[in-house]
Amino acid sequence: MEIPYTAKARPDTGLYNAKVGIWLFLASEVMLFGALFSAYILLRVGADPGTWPQGLLNIPIGTFNTTVLITSSVTVVLGWASLKMGNFGAYRKYQAITILCALGFLGIKSFEYKDKWTHYEVWKTDGTRMTGHIEGSPWFWKTETLAKKKLESIKFTPDAHHYNDPKSHGADAKADHSKGHHEAVEIKTSEIKRLSAFVPGHSTFFAIYFTLTALHGLHVLGGALVIAYIWGPGAKMWKTDPEQYMNRVEVSGLFWHFVDLVWIFLFPVIYLL
Amino acid sequence: MSDAHSHADIKKHVKTYIVIFIALLIGTFVTVALYSIHFENFAITVAIALLVASIKAALVAGFFMHLISEKKAIYAMLAATVFFFASMMYLTVWSRGQMPKGTEYSGSKYIPHPADNGGSY
Repeated sequence: MEIPYTAKARPDTGLYNAKVGIWLFLASEVMLFGALFSAYILLRVGADPGTWPQGLLNIPIGTFNTTVLITSSVTVVLGWASLKMGNFGAYRKYQAITILCALGFLGIKSFEYKDKWTHYEVWKTDGTRMTGHIEGSPWFWKTETLAKKKLESIKFTPDAHHYNDPKSHGADAKADHSKGHHEAVEIKTSEIKRLSAFVPGHSTFFAIYFTLTALHGLHVLGGALVIAYIWGPGAKMWKTDPEQYMNRVEVSGLFWHFVDLVWIFLFPVIYLL
Repeated sequence: MSDAHSHADIKKHVKTYIVIFIALLIGTFVTVALYSIHFENFAITVAIALLVASIKAALVAGFFMHLISEKKAIYAMLAATVFFFASMMYLTVWSRGQMPKGTEYSGSKYIPHPADNGGSY
Protein backbone atom coordinates (compact mmCIF):
# COMPACT_ATOMS: atom_id res chain seq x y z
CA MET A 1 0.00 0.00 0.00
CA GLU A 2 1.34 3.39 -0.90
CA ILE A 3 1.50 6.00 1.83
CA PRO A 4 -0.28 9.14 0.58
CA TYR A 5 1.08 12.70 0.66
CA THR A 6 4.71 11.88 1.48
CA ALA A 7 5.93 14.48 -0.99
CA LYS A 8 2.99 16.55 -2.18
CA ALA A 9 0.80 18.60 0.14
CA ARG A 10 -2.66 17.41 1.16
CA PRO A 11 -5.27 19.77 -0.30
CA ASP A 12 -7.09 20.34 3.00
CA THR A 13 -4.09 21.04 5.29
CA GLY A 14 -1.75 22.38 2.63
CA LEU A 15 0.99 20.25 4.20
CA TYR A 16 2.58 16.87 3.47
CA ASN A 17 1.58 14.32 6.10
CA ALA A 18 4.97 13.92 7.80
CA LYS A 19 4.98 17.61 8.62
CA VAL A 20 1.60 17.37 10.35
CA GLY A 21 2.91 14.29 12.16
CA ILE A 22 6.10 15.90 13.42
CA TRP A 23 4.25 18.99 14.69
CA LEU A 24 1.76 16.78 16.56
CA PHE A 25 4.71 14.88 18.04
CA LEU A 26 6.44 18.13 19.02
CA ALA A 27 3.21 19.28 20.69
CA SER A 28 3.29 16.15 22.87
CA GLU A 29 6.97 16.82 23.60
CA VAL A 30 6.13 20.34 24.78
CA MET A 31 3.79 18.77 27.35
CA LEU A 32 6.42 16.22 28.43
CA PHE A 33 9.16 18.76 29.03
CA GLY A 34 6.61 21.28 30.33
CA ALA A 35 5.54 18.84 33.04
CA LEU A 36 9.15 18.33 34.11
CA PHE A 37 9.82 22.07 34.05
CA SER A 38 6.78 22.68 36.27
CA ALA A 39 8.09 19.97 38.65
CA TYR A 40 11.41 21.81 38.71
CA ILE A 41 9.69 25.13 39.47
CA LEU A 42 7.69 23.57 42.33
CA LEU A 43 10.81 22.06 43.86
CA ARG A 44 12.94 25.19 43.34
CA VAL A 45 10.34 27.56 44.83
CA GLY A 46 9.61 25.15 47.68
CA ALA A 47 13.28 24.90 48.67
CA ASP A 48 14.11 26.47 52.01
CA PRO A 49 16.57 29.37 51.73
CA GLY A 50 20.11 28.07 51.45
CA THR A 51 19.16 24.46 50.75
CA TRP A 52 19.12 24.59 46.95
CA PRO A 53 22.62 23.70 45.73
CA GLN A 54 24.13 26.46 43.60
CA GLY A 55 27.45 26.77 41.87
CA LEU A 56 27.88 23.00 41.47
CA LEU A 57 27.55 22.98 37.69
CA ASN A 58 30.30 24.14 35.39
CA ILE A 59 28.98 27.29 33.70
CA PRO A 60 31.78 27.71 31.08
CA ILE A 61 31.25 24.10 29.94
CA GLY A 62 27.46 24.58 29.90
CA THR A 63 27.89 27.79 27.87
CA PHE A 64 30.19 26.03 25.42
CA ASN A 65 27.71 23.19 25.02
CA THR A 66 24.95 25.74 24.36
CA THR A 67 26.99 27.26 21.52
CA VAL A 68 27.63 23.75 20.14
CA LEU A 69 23.90 23.05 20.01
CA ILE A 70 23.09 26.47 18.50
CA THR A 71 25.76 25.84 15.83
CA SER A 72 24.20 22.46 15.03
CA SER A 73 20.80 24.13 14.70
CA VAL A 74 22.05 26.60 12.09
CA THR A 75 23.89 23.88 10.13
CA VAL A 76 20.67 21.84 9.97
CA VAL A 77 18.74 24.71 8.44
CA LEU A 78 21.63 25.62 6.11
CA GLY A 79 21.77 21.98 4.99
CA TRP A 80 18.06 22.02 4.20
CA ALA A 81 18.45 25.32 2.29
CA SER A 82 21.33 23.81 0.28
CA LEU A 83 19.11 20.89 -0.74
CA LYS A 84 16.35 23.28 -1.77
CA MET A 85 18.91 24.92 -4.08
CA GLY A 86 19.88 21.49 -5.41
CA ASN A 87 23.34 21.51 -3.81
CA PHE A 88 23.60 18.02 -2.35
CA GLY A 89 27.34 18.35 -1.61
CA ALA A 90 26.83 21.42 0.59
CA TYR A 91 23.95 19.68 2.39
CA ARG A 92 26.22 16.72 3.15
CA LYS A 93 28.90 19.03 4.60
CA TYR A 94 26.45 20.98 6.78
CA GLN A 95 24.80 17.83 8.14
CA ALA A 96 28.21 16.28 8.84
CA ILE A 97 28.90 19.31 11.06
CA THR A 98 25.49 18.80 12.71
CA ILE A 99 26.31 15.16 13.53
CA LEU A 100 29.74 16.15 14.87
CA CYS A 101 28.13 18.84 17.04
CA ALA A 102 25.65 16.28 18.39
CA LEU A 103 28.47 13.90 19.28
CA GLY A 104 30.43 16.80 20.78
CA PHE A 105 27.44 17.83 22.90
CA LEU A 106 26.96 14.28 24.21
CA GLY A 107 30.70 13.88 24.83
CA ILE A 108 30.85 17.09 26.86
CA LYS A 109 27.70 16.10 28.77
CA SER A 110 29.25 12.71 29.57
CA PHE A 111 32.32 14.49 30.91
CA GLU A 112 30.07 16.63 33.11
CA TYR A 113 28.21 13.55 34.38
CA LYS A 114 31.48 11.75 35.18
CA ASP A 115 32.64 14.85 37.06
CA LYS A 116 29.49 14.71 39.21
CA TRP A 117 29.73 10.96 39.86
CA THR A 118 33.24 11.40 41.31
CA HIS A 119 32.35 14.50 43.35
CA TYR A 120 31.17 13.78 46.90
CA GLU A 121 29.45 15.27 49.89
CA VAL A 122 30.20 14.09 53.42
CA TRP A 123 27.76 14.63 56.30
CA LYS A 124 29.74 14.23 59.52
CA THR A 125 28.35 13.07 62.87
CA ASP A 126 29.28 16.47 64.41
CA GLY A 127 26.81 18.16 62.02
CA THR A 128 29.40 19.64 59.65
CA ARG A 129 29.28 18.97 55.93
CA MET A 130 31.81 19.24 53.16
CA THR A 131 32.04 18.61 49.44
CA GLY A 132 35.11 17.39 47.59
CA HIS A 133 36.87 14.40 46.11
CA ILE A 134 37.88 11.05 47.55
CA GLU A 135 41.42 9.89 46.79
CA GLY A 136 41.47 7.82 43.59
CA SER A 137 38.24 9.47 42.32
CA PRO A 138 35.98 6.40 42.77
CA TRP A 139 32.50 6.38 41.17
CA PHE A 140 29.16 6.11 42.97
CA TRP A 141 30.39 5.47 46.51
CA LYS A 142 27.78 5.78 49.24
CA THR A 143 27.68 5.30 53.01
CA GLU A 144 27.28 1.53 52.70
CA THR A 145 30.33 1.31 50.41
CA LEU A 146 32.56 2.29 53.33
CA ALA A 147 31.27 -0.64 55.42
CA LYS A 148 31.41 -3.07 52.49
CA LYS A 149 35.02 -2.17 51.78
CA LYS A 150 35.75 -2.24 55.54
CA LEU A 151 37.47 1.13 55.33
CA GLU A 152 38.50 2.79 58.59
CA SER A 153 39.03 6.18 56.95
CA ILE A 154 39.02 7.98 53.62
CA LYS A 155 41.37 10.60 52.24
CA PHE A 156 39.20 13.56 51.23
CA THR A 157 40.15 16.75 49.37
CA PRO A 158 37.49 19.34 50.29
CA ASP A 159 36.30 22.10 47.96
CA ALA A 160 37.06 25.71 48.88
CA HIS A 161 33.44 26.22 50.00
CA HIS A 162 30.35 24.16 50.67
CA TYR A 163 27.49 25.00 48.26
CA ASN A 164 25.32 26.29 51.10
CA ASP A 165 27.97 28.84 51.95
CA PRO A 166 26.95 32.18 50.37
CA LYS A 167 30.58 32.60 49.29
CA SER A 168 30.14 29.67 46.89
CA HIS A 169 27.61 31.62 44.77
CA GLY A 170 28.07 34.02 41.88
CA ALA A 171 31.16 36.09 41.27
CA ASP A 172 32.69 35.41 44.71
CA ALA A 173 32.75 31.71 43.92
CA LYS A 174 34.73 32.24 40.72
CA ALA A 175 37.43 34.08 42.63
CA ASP A 176 37.57 31.44 45.37
CA HIS A 177 37.46 28.40 43.10
CA SER A 178 40.42 29.75 41.19
CA LYS A 179 42.41 29.35 44.41
CA GLY A 180 41.89 25.59 44.11
CA HIS A 181 41.05 22.95 46.71
CA HIS A 182 42.00 22.74 50.35
CA GLU A 183 44.62 20.27 51.58
CA ALA A 184 43.54 16.62 51.69
CA VAL A 185 42.22 15.47 55.07
CA GLU A 186 41.78 12.04 56.62
CA ILE A 187 38.17 11.39 57.74
CA LYS A 188 37.44 8.42 60.00
CA THR A 189 34.56 6.25 58.80
CA SER A 190 33.07 6.35 62.30
CA GLU A 191 32.73 10.16 61.91
CA ILE A 192 30.76 9.86 58.64
CA LYS A 193 26.99 9.91 59.00
CA ARG A 194 26.32 9.93 55.28
CA LEU A 195 28.39 9.86 52.10
CA SER A 196 26.99 10.47 48.63
CA ALA A 197 28.32 11.31 45.19
CA PHE A 198 26.41 13.95 43.20
CA VAL A 199 23.96 11.37 41.86
CA PRO A 200 20.12 11.57 41.67
CA GLY A 201 19.86 10.18 45.22
CA HIS A 202 22.01 12.99 46.61
CA SER A 203 19.29 15.64 46.67
CA THR A 204 16.16 16.88 44.93
CA PHE A 205 18.32 19.21 42.84
CA PHE A 206 20.38 16.38 41.35
CA ALA A 207 17.29 14.18 40.91
CA ILE A 208 15.62 16.79 38.69
CA TYR A 209 18.95 17.80 37.08
CA PHE A 210 19.69 14.25 35.90
CA THR A 211 16.06 13.61 34.88
CA LEU A 212 15.86 16.71 32.70
CA THR A 213 19.35 16.58 31.19
CA ALA A 214 19.32 12.80 30.59
CA LEU A 215 15.93 13.01 28.88
CA HIS A 216 17.24 15.86 26.76
CA GLY A 217 20.42 13.89 26.04
CA LEU A 218 18.34 10.94 24.80
CA HIS A 219 16.55 13.32 22.45
CA VAL A 220 19.91 14.56 21.14
CA LEU A 221 21.02 10.96 20.59
CA GLY A 222 17.74 10.00 18.86
CA GLY A 223 17.80 13.10 16.66
CA ALA A 224 21.45 12.54 15.71
CA LEU A 225 20.74 8.91 14.74
CA VAL A 226 17.85 9.94 12.47
CA ILE A 227 19.86 12.76 10.87
CA ALA A 228 22.83 10.39 10.39
CA TYR A 229 20.59 7.77 8.75
CA ILE A 230 19.10 10.32 6.32
CA TRP A 231 22.59 11.71 5.66
CA GLY A 232 24.13 8.26 5.11
CA PRO A 233 22.24 5.14 3.95
CA GLY A 234 18.96 7.03 3.48
CA ALA A 235 20.55 9.47 1.00
CA LYS A 236 19.82 7.11 -1.89
CA MET A 237 16.34 8.63 -1.95
CA TRP A 238 17.77 11.92 -3.21
CA LYS A 239 18.14 10.26 -6.62
CA THR A 240 14.81 8.44 -6.69
CA ASP A 241 12.50 10.95 -4.97
CA PRO A 242 14.22 14.27 -4.16
CA GLU A 243 10.99 15.93 -3.02
CA GLN A 244 10.32 13.34 -0.33
CA TYR A 245 14.00 13.34 0.64
CA MET A 246 13.90 17.10 1.24
CA ASN A 247 10.78 16.60 3.34
CA ARG A 248 12.59 14.01 5.46
CA VAL A 249 15.45 16.44 6.00
CA GLU A 250 12.99 19.18 6.96
CA VAL A 251 11.11 16.96 9.43
CA SER A 252 14.30 15.74 11.12
CA GLY A 253 15.45 19.37 11.22
CA LEU A 254 12.24 20.47 12.96
CA PHE A 255 12.86 17.87 15.65
CA TRP A 256 16.47 19.02 15.99
CA HIS A 257 15.44 22.67 16.43
CA PHE A 258 13.02 21.57 19.15
CA VAL A 259 15.87 19.81 20.97
CA ASP A 260 17.84 23.07 20.73
CA LEU A 261 14.82 25.01 21.97
CA VAL A 262 14.50 22.84 25.09
CA TRP A 263 18.19 23.38 25.89
CA ILE A 264 17.76 27.16 25.49
CA PHE A 265 15.47 27.01 28.57
CA LEU A 266 17.31 24.22 30.40
CA PHE A 267 20.67 25.99 30.41
CA PRO A 268 19.71 29.19 32.32
CA VAL A 269 17.21 27.42 34.58
CA ILE A 270 19.51 24.63 35.76
CA TYR A 271 22.96 26.18 35.48
CA LEU A 272 22.29 29.76 36.49
CA LEU A 273 19.25 30.05 38.76
CA MET B 1 7.39 28.51 5.03
CA SER B 2 5.66 27.85 1.74
CA ASP B 3 6.82 24.82 -0.20
CA ALA B 4 7.58 26.72 -3.37
CA HIS B 5 10.89 28.54 -3.14
CA SER B 6 12.98 30.27 -5.72
CA HIS B 7 16.77 30.13 -5.37
CA ALA B 8 16.83 33.87 -4.73
CA ASP B 9 14.34 33.44 -1.86
CA ILE B 10 16.42 30.69 -0.31
CA LYS B 11 19.58 32.79 -0.57
CA LYS B 12 17.79 35.59 1.29
CA HIS B 13 16.77 33.08 3.97
CA VAL B 14 20.35 31.88 4.33
CA LYS B 15 21.43 35.42 5.20
CA THR B 16 18.63 35.58 7.80
CA TYR B 17 19.75 32.24 9.30
CA ILE B 18 23.28 33.58 9.78
CA VAL B 19 21.97 36.75 11.46
CA ILE B 20 19.76 34.66 13.77
CA PHE B 21 22.71 32.40 14.60
CA ILE B 22 24.78 35.41 15.66
CA ALA B 23 21.84 36.78 17.69
CA LEU B 24 21.51 33.42 19.49
CA LEU B 25 25.21 33.41 20.38
CA ILE B 26 24.96 36.98 21.68
CA GLY B 27 21.85 36.00 23.69
CA THR B 28 23.75 33.11 25.29
CA PHE B 29 26.63 35.32 26.38
CA VAL B 30 24.23 38.01 27.64
CA THR B 31 22.49 35.37 29.82
CA VAL B 32 25.80 34.27 31.32
CA ALA B 33 26.98 37.88 31.81
CA LEU B 34 23.75 38.75 33.64
CA TYR B 35 24.39 35.87 36.04
CA SER B 36 27.42 37.65 37.47
CA ILE B 37 25.27 40.71 38.31
CA HIS B 38 23.66 40.37 41.72
CA PHE B 39 20.11 41.71 41.71
CA GLU B 40 18.55 42.44 45.10
CA ASN B 41 15.46 40.46 44.24
CA PHE B 42 15.87 36.87 43.02
CA ALA B 43 12.63 37.25 41.03
CA ILE B 44 14.36 39.86 38.82
CA THR B 45 17.18 37.40 38.05
CA VAL B 46 14.62 34.71 37.12
CA ALA B 47 12.56 37.14 35.02
CA ILE B 48 15.57 38.39 33.04
CA ALA B 49 16.95 34.87 32.47
CA LEU B 50 13.57 33.64 31.22
CA LEU B 51 13.03 36.75 29.09
CA VAL B 52 16.34 36.26 27.24
CA ALA B 53 15.61 32.51 26.87
CA SER B 54 12.14 33.29 25.49
CA ILE B 55 13.57 35.73 22.91
CA LYS B 56 16.11 33.10 21.82
CA ALA B 57 13.39 30.44 21.64
CA ALA B 58 11.18 32.76 19.57
CA LEU B 59 14.05 33.29 17.10
CA VAL B 60 14.61 29.53 16.73
CA ALA B 61 10.90 28.74 16.39
CA GLY B 62 10.16 31.73 14.14
CA PHE B 63 13.05 31.49 11.69
CA PHE B 64 14.75 28.09 11.93
CA MET B 65 11.41 26.25 12.29
CA HIS B 66 9.75 28.68 9.87
CA LEU B 67 6.82 29.40 12.17
CA ILE B 68 6.85 33.01 11.05
CA SER B 69 5.22 31.93 7.75
CA GLU B 70 3.54 28.56 8.27
CA LYS B 71 0.20 27.05 7.27
CA LYS B 72 -2.93 27.61 9.36
CA ALA B 73 -3.16 23.90 10.28
CA ILE B 74 0.13 24.15 12.20
CA TYR B 75 -0.93 27.35 13.97
CA ALA B 76 -4.15 25.59 15.03
CA MET B 77 -2.19 22.66 16.49
CA LEU B 78 0.15 25.03 18.32
CA ALA B 79 -2.75 27.08 19.68
CA ALA B 80 -4.09 23.90 21.33
CA THR B 81 -0.59 23.16 22.67
CA VAL B 82 -0.26 26.65 24.12
CA PHE B 83 -3.67 26.29 25.80
CA PHE B 84 -2.81 22.98 27.45
CA PHE B 85 0.72 24.09 28.34
CA ALA B 86 -0.59 27.30 29.95
CA SER B 87 -3.23 25.27 31.84
CA MET B 88 -0.55 22.94 33.17
CA MET B 89 1.61 25.87 34.29
CA TYR B 90 -1.46 27.44 35.91
CA LEU B 91 -1.82 24.28 38.00
CA THR B 92 1.70 24.98 39.29
CA VAL B 93 0.74 28.50 40.30
CA TRP B 94 -2.57 27.26 41.71
CA SER B 95 -0.75 24.91 44.05
CA ARG B 96 1.10 27.86 45.63
CA GLY B 97 1.23 27.37 49.37
CA GLN B 98 1.30 23.61 48.94
CA MET B 99 4.89 23.39 47.80
CA PRO B 100 6.82 20.31 48.93
CA LYS B 101 9.12 21.61 51.64
CA GLY B 102 12.81 20.89 51.96
CA THR B 103 15.19 19.57 49.34
CA GLU B 104 17.68 17.69 51.45
CA TYR B 105 17.99 14.01 52.11
CA SER B 106 16.30 12.95 55.32
CA GLY B 107 16.91 9.21 55.20
CA SER B 108 14.66 6.54 53.76
CA LYS B 109 11.87 7.46 56.16
CA TYR B 110 9.70 10.50 55.43
CA ILE B 111 10.31 13.26 57.96
CA PRO B 112 7.90 16.20 57.77
CA HIS B 113 9.47 19.62 57.50
CA PRO B 114 8.86 21.82 60.59
CA ALA B 115 7.07 24.37 58.41
CA ASP B 116 4.83 21.66 57.01
CA ASN B 117 1.66 21.12 59.01
CA GLY B 118 1.14 17.78 57.36
CA GLY B 119 -1.36 17.08 54.66
CA SER B 120 -0.03 19.69 52.28
CA TYR B 121 1.46 17.02 50.05
